[in-house]
Amino acid sequence: MLAIDPGLLTKLGSQDRVICVSATNGKTTTTRLIADILRAAEIDVVTNHTGANMASGVTGALAAPHAVSVAVLEVDERWLTHVVDPLTPELLIFGNLSRDQLDRSGEVHAIVNRWRAITEADPTRHVIANSSDPHVVFAALPARVTWVALGIPWIQDATTCPQCSELLTWSDDGFECIACGFAEPDADYRLEGEYFLAGERRIHLDLSIPGAWNLMNAALAATVAEAHFEIPAEDAIKAMSSVEVVSGRFSKHRLEDGREARVILAKNPAGWTEVLNWLKGRDAGVVLAVNAHIADGRDTSWLYDVNFELLRGLSVVASGERALDVAVRLRYAGVECIVEADPLKAALAAAGKEVDIIASYTQFTYLTKRFW
Amino acid sequence: MESTLSIALIYPDLLGTYGDKGNALVLAHRARARGITAEVIEVDARSSIPESCDIYLLGGGEDAAQVAAAEGLRLAKSSIERSLHAGSAIFAVCAGFQLLGNSYAAADGSELQGISLVDMVTTAGSDRIIGEVVIEPSQASGLPLLTGFENHGGRTLLGPGEAPLGRVIAGMGNGNGVDGVWRDGVIGTYLHGPALARNPALADYLITYVTKSVLEPLDDPLVDQYREERLAFALLRGAKLKRATRNLHRG
Repeated sequence: MLAIDPGLLTKLGSQDRVICVSATNGKTTTTRLIADILRAAEIDVVTNHTGANMASGVTGALAAPHAVSVAVLEVDERWLTHVVDPLTPELLIFGNLSRDQLDRSGEVHAIVNRWRAITEADPTRHVIANSSDPHVVFAALPARVTWVALGIPWIQDATTCPQCSELLTWSDDGFECIACGFAEPDADYRLEGEYFLAGERRIHLDLSIPGAWNLMNAALAATVAEAHFEIPAEDAIKAMSSVEVVSGRFSKHRLEDGREARVILAKNPAGWTEVLNWLKGRDAGVVLAVNAHIADGRDTSWLYDVNFELLRGLSVVASGERALDVAVRLRYAGVECIVEADPLKAALAAAGKEVDIIASYTQFTYLTKRFW
Repeated sequence: MESTLSIALIYPDLLGTYGDKGNALVLAHRARARGITAEVIEVDARSSIPESCDIYLLGGGEDAAQVAAAEGLRLAKSSIERSLHAGSAIFAVCAGFQLLGNSYAAADGSELQGISLVDMVTTAGSDRIIGEVVIEPSQASGLPLLTGFENHGGRTLLGPGEAPLGRVIAGMGNGNGVDGVWRDGVIGTYLHGPALARNPALADYLITYVTKSVLEPLDDPLVDQYREERLAFALLRGAKLKRATRNLHRG
């Protein structure tokens, strides 16, 4: 992180109504969706939705000249503690927490406890939180919470109770701890398939961005619109429907051979699992482009947390600087692949009418900055 | 042994933070490639650990999960010991390796009980060790260099009757020049997560130990290339660091 004048964030924060979005996955997209919803409702917005979510990026967003009424800020889950005090946001949005780059961020419980300290310090602050994620629920509980049930596709980090460490019981009704009574709260809003449920209303989430994970981002943004800004969810969803690309995510590039390649960012086991579930229903060639720099996580062990078995039968190319890690993982998943370190050559080598390139963080920034 | 190689993946929901189930995949794959039927039994945190599986796998986990796993393992200790006595093997990495000892340190420094299968104690180090590791196993093992990744804050001291898995060439391991523990049927290491994916010879050692059969070598250029890449990376990096440190002292 860049060194920042501690007074600067405070000064900048005091000028605006500030809301902060944080999560392991989906924070950039959710931030962008909320900003678009507010703009459509003719609210002036400043935002940092380019993936610059540590304190330096936050300062950048606020320091740019602007006449603002609401600052919508994406904040890295590890840095939330550092920006809450100086910025005094009126709303915190907690999406999900799961294992991510354990070599640099430490394990999930450490982040949960830091979030919990924020809500304990100011229980009057409004928090909009995913009631399906036990880590998020434990972190949000002390605050004034609006709950939205988004579902939890990845429960492998939520075996034990965040409150008392005994084993959690999972059922169709969600999670419960028999030992201490910690349980999934009743939700005010809910995501059900492609529908957003608000009381008696059942509204179709008509999106241009793909995948189940973006339905979750959109439902979270719709909850923010209705529960905090009193913008009807119907209007919010209309405002989100035309978003096609978010900071390079899902952007398309014409390959030399005339086919289209789309790039999708996946940063951790939960994110990869969501993307693989989406890929298995498609008929595109697949490039898995993985690096292991600090921003990707230097440890590639997570490859074995993800069910690459889902890719059996697809045309797959292992790529990136860690193409061999990917290829060996695919071998043990029973998935045939080609090895080609260069991601664009890999895309040309993949069969199919179009190609999906699933990229780790530095592969994603390389591709989107350089070619897209 | 019975006709099917049974691989017990112990508490993947507690001790599975770093892709640890990869070890079960590698063992099953390499056994099947030799015509040995293999079965992976996932033993979740609410189930009891079955007796007389051939290979028991323990992985890495967060602190609360490690405590929960320790309780279940203590209950199963005598049955695991009976299995080991009957020729089974246990392969334990990271938090799972620490649990084999007499005690280990929690994140807050407090001392917690292990299962005392191995005479060793783990204390909390001053910092967390994160990075590539290379281990040179003892010559008697017949194993080549081992490559892996470590991410832990533990410093593990083996008792006088215990031997390590090998000497640390790059990285930290137990924190005193050696890594892990090695004895008949019991292998522990700080090479975490899917350590066997990078070290197929270690996987074959375990299969050979429990099946008591000689395995045909597997021609596997992809994995050979992968091992060479990781070893070169770690050793080159280690050499560069040593040079830099030396120059620093001279300068």
